[in-house]
Amino acid sequence: MATLINCPHCGRRTTDEFYIKGDASKVRPTAVGDGTMDQWHDYVHIRDNVRGRVTEYWHHTGGCRQWLVVERDSMTHEVYGVTPAQKWKPAGTKAAAPAVKAAARKAPAKKAGGKR
Amino acid sequence: MTSFRFDKGGLIERQTRLNFSFDGKAMTGHAGDTLASALLANGQLLMGRSFKYHRPRSVVTCGAAEPNALMEIGKGGRLEPNTRATMQELYDGLVAKSQNRWPTLERDFGAITSLASSLFVAGFYYKTFMWPKKFWEAIYEPIIRKAAGLGNLSHEADPDRYEKGYMHCDVLVVGSGPAGLMAALAAARSGARVVVADEHARLGGSIPKEREEIDGRTGTDWAGNVIGELSAMKNVRLMPRTTVFGAYDDAVFGALERVQKDVAEPDHNVPVEKLWRIITKRCVLAAGAEERPIVFGGNDRPGVMTASAMRAFANQYAVAPGRSVAVFTSTDSGCRTALDMKAHGVHVEVILDARKDATKIDTGGVPVMRGALVTDVKGGKHGMSGVEINGHDTIPCQSLAMSGGWSPVVHLACMRGAKPVWNEELSCFMPPAHDPWIIPAGSANGKWRLGDCLADGAAAGSKAAADAGFKAAKVAVPKARDDASHAVSPLWWVKASTGKAFVDYQNDVTSKDLPLAAREGYDHIELAKRYTTSGMATDQGKLGNVNAIGILAEATGKSIAEIGTTTFRPFYTPVSFGALGGQHVGNHFQPVRRSPLHGWAEKLGAAFVETGQWHRSSWFPREGEGWLAAMTREVLNTRKNVGICDVSTLGKIEIKGKDAAEFINRLYSNTFLKLLVGKARYGLMLREDGFVGDDGTTSRLGENHFFMTTTTGHAAQSMRDIEFAQHALWPELDVQYGSVTDEWAQMAVAGPKSRMVLSRVVNADLSNEAFPFLSAREVTVLGHIPGRLFRISFSGELAYELAVPAGFGEAVASAIMHAGQPHGILPYGLEALSSMRVEKGFITHNEINGRHTAGDVGLGKMVSKQKDYIGRMMNEREGLNDPDRMQMVGIRPMDPAKRFRSGAHLVGLNDKPSTATDQGYLSSVAWSPTLNSWIGLGMLKRGRERHGERLIVWDGLREVYLEAEVCNPVFIDPEGEKTHA
Repeated sequence: MATLINCPHCGRRTTDEFYIKGDASKVRPTAVGDGTMDQWHDYVHIRDNVRGRVTEYWHHTGGCRQWLVVERDSMTHEVYGVTPAQKWKPAGTKAAAPAVKAAARKAPAKKAGGKR
Repeated sequence: MTSFRFDKGGLIERQTRLNFSFDGKAMTGHAGDTLASALLANGQLLMGRSFKYHRPRSVVTCGAAEPNALMEIGKGGRLEPNTRATMQELYDGLVAKSQNRWPTLERDFGAITSLASSLFVAGFYYKTFMWPKKFWEAIYEPIIRKAAGLGNLSHEADPDRYEKGYMHCDVLVVGSGPAGLMAALAAARSGARVVVADEHARLGGSIPKEREEIDGRTGTDWAGNVIGELSAMKNVRLMPRTTVFGAYDDAVFGALERVQKDVAEPDHNVPVEKLWRIITKRCVLAAGAEERPIVFGGNDRPGVMTASAMRAFANQYAVAPGRSVAVFTSTDSGCRTALDMKAHGVHVEVILDARKDATKIDTGGVPVMRGALVTDVKGGKHGMSGVEINGHDTIPCQSLAMSGGWSPVVHLACMRGAKPVWNEELSCFMPPAHDPWIIPAGSANGKWRLGDCLADGAAAGSKAAADAGFKAAKVAVPKARDDASHAVSPLWWVKASTGKAFVDYQNDVTSKDLPLAAREGYDHIELAKRYTTSGMATDQGKLGNVNAIGILAEATGKSIAEIGTTTFRPFYTPVSFGALGGQHVGNHFQPVRRSPLHGWAEKLGAAFVETGQWHRSSWFPREGEGWLAAMTREVLNTRKNVGICDVSTLGKIEIKGKDAAEFINRLYSNTFLKLLVGKARYGLMLREDGFVGDDGTTSRLGENHFFMTTTTGHAAQSMRDIEFAQHALWPELDVQYGSVTDEWAQMAVAGPKSRMVLSRVVNADLSNEAFPFLSAREVTVLGHIPGRLFRISFSGELAYELAVPAGFGEAVASAIMHAGQPHGILPYGLEALSSMRVEKGFITHNEINGRHTAGDVGLGKMVSKQKDYIGRMMNEREGLNDPDRMQMVGIRPMDPAKRFRSGAHLVGLNDKPSTATDQGYLSSVAWSPTLNSWIGLGMLKRGRERHGERLIVWDGLREVYLEAEVCNPVFIDPEGEKTHA
């Protein structure tokens, strides 16, 4: 694994400052309720064991405490990029995905309001 | 013995005498000596016994690769085994002991193994000690370990200090020989920040070990000049005694600096060793090359050493292993040794040149025998008497220099997985090409001639600086003699050897072992290594590996390139555990967290317990009281009167913002959107997989202002999870939060008289009507201190938690104690708190252990189906809602005085305890002063419908087998009347 990570907030830092959560390629389903279990199962359990380019959630615990997405190569250890999690859009994310809206779900999805 | 010191010459300070001892024998040496050179100077050629056959051994190298001369250095806690005598600087008072011999080095009982050596071939142990199976652990292994071994460890604690540090530079130069110095000069003159690390005490690499001229003056003169220029430059750091042991990703290198390994009594204010992480942009690998021994009969006899080692001992340390020398060589390096020894007045008998067609070079009149092969070495433990040539003639001599070619020290360039590349022309493995950060130079790059090394170093230094973004500076390459051809015709193995021929000295691997391994199917180099042990142990085959590969290639009919090398991994040479641990030992292992009320509790005589980094007040003993008596008194008093307890260690998170309520509602499984301002609510957090993750209370102090608490142990992880939820899942929510754990001192005031006591401290109406259960309000304490008061209870009593800014904690706690005196207030600690929570059936991380659902712990009603939150869907999984799941119950022993402990298993009354009959386990156990009984919380299959049933508490580890009754986990006041009073 890479020894240094270029944190967008703190600069180059050693990997011991970071906590690694894992795969960042999955998107948390927006729907709950009947008929959504498969999506959730995929989100929580199904992981590819990739040899090559991976994206992972890293937390800069010993620094800015921001969640980041590190794109790196599991084989060569090359780091392609480090993105703040807020700005991360997994590949294949479609804004217009036919989300199964749960009837029970409150709809608080406030507009981003330009903040963050 | 035959070894001796010349009357003059060498780079030692003859006016400084240093006293030292070897195996109890007093000896003297000089400043500038290594232990090895000083031993040779004292006539001590015999330095150790070999690993397996206990053969007498002496030094065979003059540096880091030394496989034989391993010693125990120092006394008591400072004793360090397996120290290479060639790397140990001599100091006054040094105590050295030879290893792997009994009773003495001179008379070693283990040497009889040598008589049976034909038995001890590769794989001997695997084949022989197979049967009976049980004997391996009990009998064979301990005996073998005792017989075969390296040094002993001290059983005393190391009294010295170690440190770790970071270093940043643009160009790291590994090695300070001709190539390294030129590289450093070129890089430094360009303005780059340069670090030069060399494992030896004296900088200069091979220069002080040779008699070469550079730019028309002696090599040491020239090197001294360059080192002088470098040390005067602000952008250069010279680090002698520093071994760069590992290369890691992103041009990060590990290095060990031996700061005080050259003194008997280190200064305690300075570390003895320092572990560096060097973060650089480029590395010039100028680590030099290792001269290969030749594998021939008796090549391990004391007196036989590599040609370059013999030169180095003579030129730098003015010592020789014997008064007459023969040279056995397949390179021109051997001839150079002959010339140097002659110059020091040592008689050189003959040069045995294995090359039949070597070009003629000046040997100073020493006779040369072409095509001559050494087949055995005559002599004993105190030295050699002659060499046998081609199986018959014996030439008398006291020492033998051997040279089988050179191996670039490629280790650092190969540690990230790239393999070295065999070069047929140079007969060596070259560093892999195209490393993004490492630029090999000099003999590490296959340059054998001095002039080539100087030029290659300068070029590498310029390139490194340019790559690091500096404008290359001009460096003139000095002139050097360049007549040596260094052509090698590889000679891996003298097949006609009549004596035992060693490939790997440290592991006693002979020329016969590798073909045997190949015949038995271990023909891959990695397998052959493990089967024969060639290339294992502390030297990792620095000397013997290439010969082993050559022999294995011959045995398998493959080319050397096809055989390849074993894997290079850190560390290049052994690194002490002390250095790896650095300053993180004892109390410095992890930080200590103390609550703002620590001092208050201390004054009241609290006993503290470590829970993670926290030191928490555990009980407050009176004279003669043990923990159980103190805890019992504290519980009874709290239940009868009033108690005060430090709960500051809870994780505390301040949450604000327009979407704060919505955010919190998505973190907890129960609903929080409609929590009223001024109210607290118990909340349950699930993990995304549906199991319970953490719990705590969250209070709404304002419309958009919340105060959340988490458990002590889970605080850091809960904070991280909350950050994840906000950064990664719902960045659109307008919410701000921060950990305020250390900002607030928080105390629980519990018991029927708590209201009376607190009313005297807090300016607020605390009546049940004005401030009922689960109220939360900002209050003023002692008339001027801003505080937060919560009516929550972890004891089951009428209780409050009061938070005040950390700095006021002690004053407020003391004021409460004062106000409570007439009411019988007593402090209580973690033990009492735990007992009371078990009595009330409240969960902690004993129950929230990642295996239980909200339903399991009896909180199924707290799982909302009306919203999305972390863990919402996964909690609905079939298996998590199986009625057969374990459920939380109370467990009471039939005999209340009989103690059981958490972790014990629950089995049926007539069942034999086994995994098949296992029905659950005890998660928490406490002595209940209220019930006068041991009680427990347990997880039991279908437990909720089994109250009243009897079963067995079985603890195989502690031999507990007790009959107990299943009951409601809320042992006292199940209706919560006291809490709501």
